[in-house]
Amino acid sequence: MNEFAQSARSALDLIVHADAALVRTVALSLAVSGTACACAAAFGLIGGAWLAVARFRTLPILILLLNTLLALPSVVVGLAVYLLLSRSGPLGAWGILFTPAAMVIAQTILVLPVVAALARQLVADAMVEGGDPLRSMGAGPLVSALLMLAHERWAVVTLLLTAFGRAISEVGAVMIVGGNIEGVTRVMTTAIALETSKGDLPLALALGLVLLAVVGLLNLAIAAAQRGRFMTPLIEAR
Amino acid sequence: MSASADRLLLRLDDAGVRLGSVSALRKVSLSVTRGDVIALVGANGSGKTTLLRLLHGLVDSSGARAVGDPLAVQAMVFQRPFMLNMTVWNNLRLALWLARRRVPRSEARQRTYEALQRVGLVESRDRPARVLSGGEQQRFALARAWAVRPDLLLLDEPTANLDPSAKKEVEALLHGFAADGMTLVMSTHNLGQAKRLATRVIYLDHGEIRLDAPTAQFFGASADERARLFLKGELPWTLD
Repeated sequence: MNEFAQSARSALDLIVHADAALVRTVALSLAVSGTACACAAAFGLIGGAWLAVARFRTLPILILLLNTLLALPSVVVGLAVYLLLSRSGPLGAWGILFTPAAMVIAQTILVLPVVAALARQLVADAMVEGGDPLRSMGAGPLVSALLMLAHERWAVVTLLLTAFGRAISEVGAVMIVGGNIEGVTRVMTTAIALETSKGDLPLALALGLVLLAVVGLLNLAIAAAQRGRFMTPLIEAR
Repeated sequence: MSASADRLLLRLDDAGVRLGSVSALRKVSLSVTRGDVIALVGANGSGKTTLLRLLHGLVDSSGARAVGDPLAVQAMVFQRPFMLNMTVWNNLRLALWLARRRVPRSEARQRTYEALQRVGLVESRDRPARVLSGGEQQRFALARAWAVRPDLLLLDEPTANLDPSAKKEVEALLHGFAADGMTLVMSTHNLGQAKRLATRVIYLDHGEIRLDAPTAQFFGASADERARLFLKGELPWTLD
């Protein structure tokens, strides 16, 4: 218990004094996971919305596959991306293995099913109430689905927060494709794993606290934005 | 082409609709001509809403659905108006944007204002649409439909769940629309409303049209025994 308290105090010191290594690691984590979430959102929201309104024979199989991918293990994604990007792999010519770009690709693949599956369910539920009225007004299926994403925008924000949480807290994929190189590809989770194995508990704990604080602050920002949600016009007002 | 054919907006011939294993409409034939104000009456589950949805093209049918005037604009007001999570003004602008092929962009703003003015909601234009009261939401839905200048307006129980004052407001608006020459087809459980507004009443029973008659005739001496029982409020639950 004493050791934990001492580690916690040291961790707070590192945070309060904005330790350079800590700041660099946190900044890279935010950049990698934020970019991965943005990429996943761009494809996943539209793809998920389309799946909610699409009608074709193999749709149930596709939805089953998508829902299965929700439990995609991060180490499996890391391994697959590693094989693709390694020198002998099909994308080896890109030369981006052990760079933040490779980590972004891995995390995008990891959270894409989360964004798409949740967006599909969100739009499908909203279409029960609003599908016919929107169609009646002249909206096609895809336009209706995209309008539903706008209609449920606060649920979409929560969805993206879930995806961000999944990305920033995973360790397997970024460890494999990033290599945990100090100052280059070291992010919070890989640093925590390394520092713990080295016995440097204060830094590991400080990173853990920052990780929680980042997600907590994001939640606060969303709650604050939700308070003023009706003041955000989607179309030019008057 | 005859004068009545010129005025024809929609025609159904032997149309049938199945919803899963249920036959919601059977062998329905009717014509809607310009200037009609038609009230669809019948017990719950008789097929009124399905008939409105069929007229609007929202469900497929086994029979024929012929559009008399391909350029005629249709709109529908649902029993529970759906509004996107945005202001009253933006919801209306969106409706006009979705109907953009019919509404020149330059006109959209003017029409939005006029529509809100017509239903008395100009003051509420910046309010979130979803927090309007029940009566206001129904008036808003009418404004949204009116804004696209429909030739045919379909209404699914437009005054259901409204208090007497809100009902009166909605009825006055519908009366105004009809006076402007808009063709209305509405389902209602309120026989007094059908009597006040409609020029023609269609009585549906178990998915079939049992009677289609001018309002005075329907409420006078209905030829159909079951329609008479329905008017007296003595229709049994079972068919036989």
